[in-house]
Amino acid sequence: MFDFLSVLHLEDATVRMVLFGSLLIGATGGALGSFAVLRGRSLMGDALAHAALPGVALAFLWTGSKSLPVLITGATCTGIIGVLLIQFITSRTRIKADAAIGIVLTVFFGVGIVLLTHIQRSLVGNQAGLDKFLFGQAASMVEDDVRVMLVMSLFIFVVVLILYKEFKALIFDPNFLQSLGYSLQKVDLALMGLIVLTVMVGLQAVGVVLIAAMLITPAVAARFWTERLHVMVALAAVIGGVSGATGTFLSAQAPRVPTGPVMVLVATGLFIVSALFAPRRGVLARWLRQRANVLRERRHHLLRALIELAERAGKAGPFSTQELMDELGWERRRVKREAKRLRRLDMVTLAHHGVEATPAGLAEGTFVVKCHRLWEHYLVYRDILAADHVDRPADEVEHLLTPDILERLEEILRRDHGIDTDRVVDIHGSGSGYRPAGRERGEEVG
Amino acid sequence: MSDQSPTPVGDQSPTPGEDTSAEPAAPAIQLLPDVDPDKIPIRIHDMTIAYHRKPVLWDVDLDVPEGKLVGIVGPNGAGKSTMILAIMNLVPKASGWARIYGKPYEEMRRIVGYVPQRESVDWDFPISAHEVVTMGRYGHVGWFRRPSRQDKQIASEALDKVGMAEYADRQISQLSGGQQQRVFLARALAQDAKVYLMDEPFAGVDAATEAAIIDILMELRAQGKTILVVHHDLQTVTRYFDWVIMLNTRVVASGPTEEVFNDTTLNKTYGGRLTVLSQAAQAVQDYETGRA
Repeated sequence: MFDFLSVLHLEDATVRMVLFGSLLIGATGGALGSFAVLRGRSLMGDALAHAALPGVALAFLWTGSKSLPVLITGATCTGIIGVLLIQFITSRTRIKADAAIGIVLTVFFGVGIVLLTHIQRSLVGNQAGLDKFLFGQAASMVEDDVRVMLVMSLFIFVVVLILYKEFKALIFDPNFLQSLGYSLQKVDLALMGLIVLTVMVGLQAVGVVLIAAMLITPAVAARFWTERLHVMVALAAVIGGVSGATGTFLSAQAPRVPTGPVMVLVATGLFIVSALFAPRRGVLARWLRQRANVLRERRHHLLRALIELAERAGKAGPFSTQELMDELGWERRRVKREAKRLRRLDMVTLAHHGVEATPAGLAEGTFVVKCHRLWEHYLVYRDILAADHVDRPADEVEHLLTPDILERLEEILRRDHGIDTDRVVDIHGSGSGYRPAGRERGEEVG
Repeated sequence: MSDQSPTPVGDQSPTPGEDTSAEPAAPAIQLLPDVDPDKIPIRIHDMTIAYHRKPVLWDVDLDVPEGKLVGIVGPNGAGKSTMILAIMNLVPKASGWARIYGKPYEEMRRIVGYVPQRESVDWDFPISAHEVVTMGRYGHVGWFRRPSRQDKQIASEALDKVGMAEYADRQISQLSGGQQQRVFLARALAQDAKVYLMDEPFAGVDAATEAAIIDILMELRAQGKTILVVHHDLQTVTRYFDWVIMLNTRVVASGPTEEVFNDTTLNKTYGGRLTVLSQAAQAVQDYETGRA
C-alpha cells in the first residue's frame, strides 16, 4: 500500500516539529494581523520587522550566542527603538507617518545588512547562519526554538482572549472607549506589544523582509469571508496556519529554498481565492450582483416599452424590432438579445412580424409601468419634485418597488388624491385612462 | 476662525473674553450661582483649550441646569465638539475645569452617556449593530471581563427602544445613515446615564429618524435626565431645546432658549464679531509658522 505519510516525511519527528512551528507562526501572525490591519498598523509591523535585523546581529556580536531567546531579545530591543523613533518623528515634525516609516525601516535594515556582512566576513564562510533571518529558514528550527515559540504564541493568544473587548473598542471607537474610563495608551501599548511579540515569533522561519506579509495577507483574506471580528480573527489564524505549514512543506521539497517567500506565496494564493470567490464581498459575487441588476433593469425596460407601445397602438402587439429600437433607444443587437432572453423566461413570444408579450410578460410589464407612474404621481403630490423632474427618479425606483409598497402607494393615491389607479395602465382602451402626473393640477408637463 | 472677514470694529479691548457690545435685555450668559454645585449636571469654569496654541475654546464659564434638553449651536470650528470632549476630560486644557454634579468627570463617568460624531468611526469595521450597542456596557463591565448576559439583554432593549431590534445582527455598514445614528443613540441608552453628551445626533439622518430621535430625547428629559446636544439646524432650535448654548470659541449666550436665542446673539455667534480674538489667533499662528 502507498504510504503517504512516509513520502511526506511526516513520520519524521523533526519534520513534524518544524511544520508545527510554522503552523504556530502563521496562526499567531493571522490572528494578531487582524487587529493590526484594522487598526491601520500593518506597515508598522513591517518597520518593526526590518528594525529587528540590526538587533539580531548586535545580540550575536555582543554575546557570541546563536540561541533563539538571545537573538529575539536583541531583535525586540531594536524593533521597539525603531517604532518609538517613528512615533517620535511623526509627533515632533511635520513628516507624515508613511515617510517616517520609510526612513526608519530602510536605515535600520541597512545597518542590519552592514552588521550581517561584517559578521559573515569575520567568521569563516556561512558559519554564523544569521542570514536566515533575512528570508527565513524554517528547517533551522530546533526543538528548543519551537518550545520558545510555543510559549510566546500561547501567551499572545491568552492576552488576545483577555483583552479582546478592549482591542475591539480601541480600533472601532477609541474616543468612546476613553470616555468610559479605559486608558487608550494602555490598550494600545498592549496591542503594539503583542504585534512586536508576533513578529519576533516568526522572525527565524519567515525572515524580517517578509514577516509583515504573514500579518497582513491572512487577515485581509479572512475579511472577505466574514462581517464579524471574532470570526475574522479565527479565520485569519487558520489561513495563516495553513500558509505557514504548507509553505514550509513546499519549500522543503527543493534544497535551499527559503521558507518565508513560499509561505507568503501560499498565503497570497489563499488571498486571491478569497478576493475572487468569497460570497458577498468577493469580486465575483459583486460582479454577479451588478450583472443581475443590469439584466433586471433591461428586462423591465423592454417590458415597459411593450406596454407603452400597446397603449398607443390600442392593441397588445406584436411590435417590430424597429419600433422597440425607437422606443428604447437601443441598438438592434441589444433589442434582439434581450427579446431572446425574455422568450426563455416565457415573457414574450417572437415571430417574424415582431415581439409580443405573453400574459406573464404583460403582468410584469404592467407592474413596472404602474410603479413608474404612481411614483411620479406620489413625488408630485407630495411636492417633493416638480412634474417635469419626476421621470428620472421614477426610472430608478421602478426596478426596486415591491408589490406591497406598490399596494400602499395605490392606497395613498386613491384615498388622498382620488386617482383611479386601476386605469393608470390601459393597453386595451384608447390610452385616455392615463394622464401624466401633474396634469390634474393644470401644470405643464415637459 | 481665521476665515472670518476682519470687519473693522471700534472694539479695541485688550481682554478678548470681555463683552463690549450692547447689552441685551436678559443677560446672555446665565449662570446658576444660587444652585448647590452638587445639583448642577454640568458646570464649566474658566476653561480655555488650545490646539497647537491656537485657541479653540476661550474663557468658557457655563452652567447647565438639570433635566433640560440643551442645544449647543455655533459655526464650524466654534469648538462645539471640543467642549463635549472637554467635559469628559478627553482633551488637555490650558486652564479651567469641568464638573459633573460638582465632581470631576473621572468620578462621575458612570452617569455620563456619550454619542460621538457618526463620521468619527469606520463603519466598515466587522461588527454587528448589537455588538456596538453592547459597548455601551463596557464602562460597567470593566477591564478584562466580558459583557454578561444581562449586559447583552440591556443592549437588545436599547436597540428595540430606537426601533432597530430587527437589525441587531446586521453589519453596521449595511445600515443607512439614520439607522447608524440610531445605533449610536442605543449605545448611549445602554450606558444608562443621567447626563448625555451628543455630538450631532441629527447629522445626515432622514426626517423620520430625526423625529424618532427627538422623541427619545424628550422621553429622557421627562425622566429628569440632562441632555446636551451639538446641533446644526438653527430652524429647529426653539422647537427642540429648553436651553441653548451659543458658541463661537467663547460663549456668546447660554440660557433659556426663548430668552437668549435671538437676532442679536445669532449675529454675535455667526457674524464676524470676534475680530479681536480672530486677529489674536492669527497673530499667534503667524508667530508659530514664522511669518511674523
